[in-house]
Amino acid sequence: MAEQARLIDIYIMGKHYQVPEGLTILTALEYSGYHMVRGCGCRAGFCGACATIYNFRNDPQLRYDLACQKTVEPEMCLVQIPYFPAIKAVYDLEKLKTDGEKIKALYPDIVKCFGCNTCTKTCPQELEVMWFMTDALRGDIPAVADKSFDCVMCGLCAARCPQGLVPYYVALLCRRLYGRYLTPVSEHVDNRIKEIESGKYDVAIEEMKKASEKELRRRYAERDMEPALEQNWE
Amino acid sequence: MYPAYLEESIHIVEDTRVRRLIEMMPRLDDIDKKDLLRQYHPDYIKSSMRKLRVGVNKGDTTPIELADLLEGNSRIDSDKIDPTSPDYNVDVLVIGCGGAGASAALLAHEAGARVLVTTKLRLGDANTVGAQAGTQAADRPNDSPAQHYLDTMGGGHFENIPALVEVLVKDAPSAIKWLEKLGVNWDKAPDGSMRELSGGGTSRRRLHSARDYTGLEEMRVLRDELKNKKINYLEFTAAVELILDDKGQIAGAVLLNMETEELIIARARAVILATGGIGRLHIQGFPTTNHYGATADGLVLAYRAGAELIFIDTMQYHPTGAVYPLPILGQLVTEKVRTLGAQLVNSVGAQFIMPLEPRDVVTSAIIRECRERQLGLRTPNGESGVWLDSPMIDIIRGEGTISRELPAMVRQFRRFNIDITREPILVYPTLHYQNGGIKIDTNGATSVPGLFAAGECTGGVHGRNRLIGNSTLELFVFGRRAGLAAAQYAKEVKRGSPTMEHVRRWQQELENAGIAKERPVSPRLLPDYARRARGYTSRIF
Repeated sequence: MAEQARLIDIYIMGKHYQVPEGLTILTALEYSGYHMVRGCGCRAGFCGACATIYNFRNDPQLRYDLACQKTVEPEMCLVQIPYFPAIKAVYDLEKLKTDGEKIKALYPDIVKCFGCNTCTKTCPQELEVMWFMTDALRGDIPAVADKSFDCVMCGLCAARCPQGLVPYYVALLCRRLYGRYLTPVSEHVDNRIKEIESGKYDVAIEEMKKASEKELRRRYAERDMEPALEQNWE
Repeated sequence: MYPAYLEESIHIVEDTRVRRLIEMMPRLDDIDKKDLLRQYHPDYIKSSMRKLRVGVNKGDTTPIELADLLEGNSRIDSDKIDPTSPDYNVDVLVIGCGGAGASAALLAHEAGARVLVTTKLRLGDANTVGAQAGTQAADRPNDSPAQHYLDTMGGGHFENIPALVEVLVKDAPSAIKWLEKLGVNWDKAPDGSMRELSGGGTSRRRLHSARDYTGLEEMRVLRDELKNKKINYLEFTAAVELILDDKGQIAGAVLLNMETEELIIARARAVILATGGIGRLHIQGFPTTNHYGATADGLVLAYRAGAELIFIDTMQYHPTGAVYPLPILGQLVTEKVRTLGAQLVNSVGAQFIMPLEPRDVVTSAIIRECRERQLGLRTPNGESGVWLDSPMIDIIRGEGTISRELPAMVRQFRRFNIDITREPILVYPTLHYQNGGIKIDTNGATSVPGLFAAGECTGGVHGRNRLIGNSTLELFVFGRRAGLAAAQYAKEVKRGSPTMEHVRRWQQELENAGIAKERPVSPRLLPDYARRARGYTSRIF
């Protein structure tokens, strides 16, 4: 880390620290001497472990982001949110039906949404959380699955919902229902599984297992390569 | 936003696009590949490795950072541990909960075992969530498991263990199906056919993806299913030592509550190690794509208990880690970017490698371009890199492809005012994956009775270089197999009496070799990135 970078003032749980500009909230905490146990996961914006809230010394408005992705700014006040409790419905996917009513049966509170849009404003992935919650209320599972797809399940939406709803779990239920029941069947996968079970490829593979390295290298070099570009790419 | 001098370089990239659109880079032949790897791949830097002086793999060579931990001192005082009075008593203990651990736990549970999962971070905090590009399975009509076998062997330089590769490719389509039944949303065409992409070293299009959140999608579904099945789990609880019995069979593990620092004794008839990777050891000082907990703990635990390791001298450096901007240094720029058509371009706007060669080959070519040929670019921070020309994707496949196929990448760079649909990405290799690990058979069994392993902490299936999409595949194939086999083993095993004798013997071995004092304690558990301004700290209590 370039020590010659300009130092900026930040506040961690109210305490003053100076850190070089250009750090993320996470690396600023570490630069200030914090050793993370909670609140740190993939460090690349995918796992949601470092979801955090911050504001500025002269601007009390709370803001939300992932600590590993957000760059620190002067006068930032940082905290850590290591855990926030949320209730997940427990269900057997195989016994669920796909009518939208199931969502309400498992998460009855979703009818309590009064449209304040705090969830959307909170989402560090910039998802339209309130809109997909409206879709969930209507029972439109494909719409929820699509709009919530990039959810990293950090839980900030649930932490901030004044009605105690858990949008990230509702969305997960919808995506699982969508994947299990509502996407068209992939016959080519089923066919291949049957072929493998019937032993169709055993001879070819056994032959290669026994082939000399020289022979394998020859076959490898002579592979016909399928073009990377699909013929019918939409 | 790029600094002005890099913007100027981007103009060169733009000016050469028309030429590059019709240019076909040839694939390298066997001899050229070998030369390139020998001269530039980090695995061939001998001074970065040393021979192990104790344990089953004594005499084998491995990176110094890993050797230190494998030869490390135990975190526990065996005399103060009573393994006969456990806090938990289960059939199957699963250590680690990424894709492999979760799959193993689900299958062991399904087979009727009492399962306990323990993980040192949260459930699902693992490299799995960072896997973006996809999962391989040969299920299209013009493809076959045999073709997948050949691609995998070639990618691994023909050193892979054939029996493991056979199982990997044959189980692949049913792993895809299993995940779909659990509710994973695969990218599909309206007629139900999977939309599959090629990757580096694959001769067919067989990467199944879920936008560029594939691993995240797989993990969030598995984690949810674990909770639906009410499988017991402990978060922020690391394993610090395995427990054996007087017959040399596995008998459980000593766990550590990461917050209270209390030790916990878990007895188990079978143990499955699914502890993942190694990236946070920063081999040779490389940045890494890996998650915070990727510190090779499972290798250390297994090694101390007498399990054999394999291919521990080979790491995978992903060709395209971000080098600019600084906050995301080393983070993954998914191979899917090249899969979709982006080319690698040097400072004079020329391609220097076919972008879909296997990873170790592309990595070596980038290092050669920057170090020897001096045709890389320098970032303001002094890192070097080459351009990954992402806007080519929309030019080849049509406007909107990047936004649809790579939402995570678009989002990540947009935070820093870089629009990857219009501007290329600056990349350099980053430590990504350990090709080797604990030696297993086709059911995940190690050389220690009752100890199973699955996922990145194992070795053999990928030989000396893993192909794209074979890592997530491996998680489900071997995770499920290990889960089932461990449950079966747990039913049959005649238990002995638990002991920490192997740890005492280990410490004695370190003493005898004269290295106990100079080695650290291990497993590492977490990296320490906390800066100590004065270089020292004091305990509060």
